[in-house]
Amino acid sequence: MYDVIIIGAGVSGCAAARELSRYQYSTLVLEKCSDVAEGTSKANSGIVHAGFDNEPGSLMAKMNVRGNAMMEQLSKELDFPFIRNGSLVLCFDADDEYKLEDLKKRGEANGVPGLRILSGDQVREMEPNISDKVTAALYAPTGGIVCPFNLTIALAENAADNGVEFRLGTEVTDIKKKDGFYQVVAGGEEYSARVVINAAGVYADKFHNMVSEDKMTIIPRKGEYCLMDSTVGDFVHSTVFQLPTAYGKGVLVTPTVHGNLLTGPTATDIDDKEGVNTTAEGMNELLKKAELSTPNLPRREIITSFSGLRAHRPEHDFVIEEVDGAPGFVDVAGMESPGLSSAPAVGQYVAEIVQGILPAEEKTDFIGTRKGIPQMRYASFDERKKQIEKDPAYGNVICRCCTVTEGEIVNAIHRTLGATTVDGIKRRTGAGMGRCQSGFCNPRVVEILARELGVDEEQITKKGPGSQFLEGYDKEGIRA
Amino acid sequence: MKTDIAIIGGGPAGLAAAAAAHDAGVKDILIIERDNELGGILNQCVHNGFGLHTFKEELTGPEYAGRYVDMVKERNIPYVLKTMAMDISSDRVITLMSREKGIYTVEAGAIVLAMGCRERSRGALNIPGYRPAGIYSAGTAQRYVNMEGRMPGKEVVILGSGDIGLIMARRMTLEGAHVQVVAELMPFSGGLKRNIVQCLDDFGIPLKLSHTVVDIQGKDRVEGVTIAQVDEKMKPIPGTEEHYDCDTLLLSCGLIPENELSKSAGIKLDPVTKGPVVDESLETQVEGIFACGNVLHVHDLVDFVSQEASVAGEKAAEFVQGRLGTPVKEVGISCKGGVRYTVPASIDLGRMADKQVVRFRVGQVFKNARIVTYADGEQLSSVKKRIMAPGEMEQVILKKDVLQQHGDLQNITVAIETE
Repeated sequence: MYDVIIIGAGVSGCAAARELSRYQYSTLVLEKCSDVAEGTSKANSGIVHAGFDNEPGSLMAKMNVRGNAMMEQLSKELDFPFIRNGSLVLCFDADDEYKLEDLKKRGEANGVPGLRILSGDQVREMEPNISDKVTAALYAPTGGIVCPFNLTIALAENAADNGVEFRLGTEVTDIKKKDGFYQVVAGGEEYSARVVINAAGVYADKFHNMVSEDKMTIIPRKGEYCLMDSTVGDFVHSTVFQLPTAYGKGVLVTPTVHGNLLTGPTATDIDDKEGVNTTAEGMNELLKKAELSTPNLPRREIITSFSGLRAHRPEHDFVIEEVDGAPGFVDVAGMESPGLSSAPAVGQYVAEIVQGILPAEEKTDFIGTRKGIPQMRYASFDERKKQIEKDPAYGNVICRCCTVTEGEIVNAIHRTLGATTVDGIKRRTGAGMGRCQSGFCNPRVVEILARELGVDEEQITKKGPGSQFLEGYDKEGIRA
Repeated sequence: MKTDIAIIGGGPAGLAAAAAAHDAGVKDILIIERDNELGGILNQCVHNGFGLHTFKEELTGPEYAGRYVDMVKERNIPYVLKTMAMDISSDRVITLMSREKGIYTVEAGAIVLAMGCRERSRGALNIPGYRPAGIYSAGTAQRYVNMEGRMPGKEVVILGSGDIGLIMARRMTLEGAHVQVVAELMPFSGGLKRNIVQCLDDFGIPLKLSHTVVDIQGKDRVEGVTIAQVDEKMKPIPGTEEHYDCDTLLLSCGLIPENELSKSAGIKLDPVTKGPVVDESLETQVEGIFACGNVLHVHDLVDFVSQEASVAGEKAAEFVQGRLGTPVKEVGISCKGGVRYTVPASIDLGRMADKQVVRFRVGQVFKNARIVTYADGEQLSSVKKRIMAPGEMEQVILKKDVLQQHGDLQNITVAIETE
């Protein structure tokens, strides 16, 4: 019997796991994918919103502003990339400028500090690539960017270091309400816990509805993105949003913490909760919209495109509460934007709720910090020298585009909740994320994974069972 | 550490440049190679057809590379393996990193850039669909099959008719895979004619021109792709979609010179070739840094890489020896009528060789057209070609004595003219 079972190892689930690990709980995280951060948490804008966008008084507003304020300290404790680069909301029509004022007021009501309205010229002085058509903008100095998967990975690793158990590749198929606890069936096994946290992203409705008559609906809302090469990572410095225009809800253009340029997302409601394909229409639409903000968007530098699914709830607010009529079952649902920004606050909030249900003492031996993988890409000459002296594998470059070394890859495999897939390596180290998109390093990453995990290369996958890279040896089964 | 000439890249370009520099009298050379052995990408090109121009015989890639590796070894030219050049400064200090030696710098009298190129990826092509395993650039698949002895898949669709894609269509077939189709966005192939005949036609693999992949299916591993015909603007034509069940999509959609290091040295790049802008001596716009091979512009045949690299090696040696001289007057070469670029982009009449080779590619297929050169509007030469295609490199030769007759030469033009 566990004290707590968390369903879903996305950013919300992992934040909750980390906060709960401060207390004397036995906690289990169940995740259907082969790694943490495999769903919405890996494919989003990577934005830490300032928090001016949400309805004052909403849970989203509260969590966002609180999460934003916590992010910097957390990034130091857990060693993940976070940059407070500021954000702009562009206005393209003088008649719409009142909307910026409204946003500013809303932000102030939410407690967002430092909001200012800038003139078009002030904006262009700050960001020379912004369109001449921009008449004014709302500037939010507290806006930031974060690495969404390394935030999630860091939370998960720290939780695991503090005793939280993770079962990856273990899909929850059933939840039964028992007397004072829940029985959770996952991966063919039965697990029991007094408290269940439902942090299942786009599937949160499915699990909620297993224990409640008050049905919930989560609609996967697809967002497509295009990522551009690091050669154009300084095309804009702040995160550039748009006021909604006659063309609909806008898209953003932003630098990423990895030094790339990102644009997206579209917003299309779909039926398939795994429907993360990109579409020609989606990409065309988003590039056209992005060019409203920055007409010279360097389209030719696109290195990849992807899409993610927001866990959209028609009521459009987070649900973070113990479910009525299901004591001990806590929803963390509807975690669409600003879910990432809110994650640190959400983790704390969930821990408070669990404390109310099942009080426990704080641990005396909680480990508050976690160290990331040394990144040779960003290291100075002397830092590199020292690192290679400690471990020569940090001198062997595997991914040329992003300067990721064998040392980093081996570290990613053998650390807490280490990578078992090529995508896992990619998210932890950046190998394969550059301009050649793993053309050179894929065979070598596969080789290192196989070597370190002690398996054949044929068993190495991109992202879990069914996504093998190799299909046997040469001339195997050759046609007569 | 110091060296007279540092050569970045131990592939065919770097090896030929090293041998030529040595023969020109510079013995203190260092070849820097990131892989485990010299030879570069040729080591995975196990097919034949290399060296017809250079050695008058048909060699495989490893054999061709082997000849040049032997030349380097016979000359006792020093080289380092498994060593990555991390940075080049404009005053020719190279930062190197390796497992064995850690991180260190080399001050070079001259540098020859010979880093080669990379393949255009799926992302750069903006192909919609899912992102499963089973999508490889043709070169990655080639490495798996030829170096690792592994099959990246069994039911294959290939997008792009670049040479590596064509070669891999045959290779995968010979290794037991079923290559269903090669789709090419353009109305012509980007590869050599002989490869279309020998790699597709001989194996009954259809080549669909003016077609592209419009969707990739499969959430974990590729399960199928949809290809469609495109119009003159390269836009897919609705209603022409065809579905292929397959587990593998290979991409052979162009090569891009790998110039991240050149950028670190502040070297100006040509937007068409994506390689450094060079003069007649293959010197970049940063003094003492030369470029050759596929890092300069993508070649069709390795023989031409070797020729070009020999020139770069000689010129680097002359620079170190103080014999190269400073440019007196650079005359720009203009491209007209379907000539996409020229290498070199300019010529110094003082430094040029008696016979200067100018290489270029055309932007479309030409039949019975002429390659015409002009000096300040006056025709210098006119050569009729039965066929010219974007997949094959062309060249003209400019004669020093002829150009020198033009007292104050301002401009040289290379043009394609049709009757």
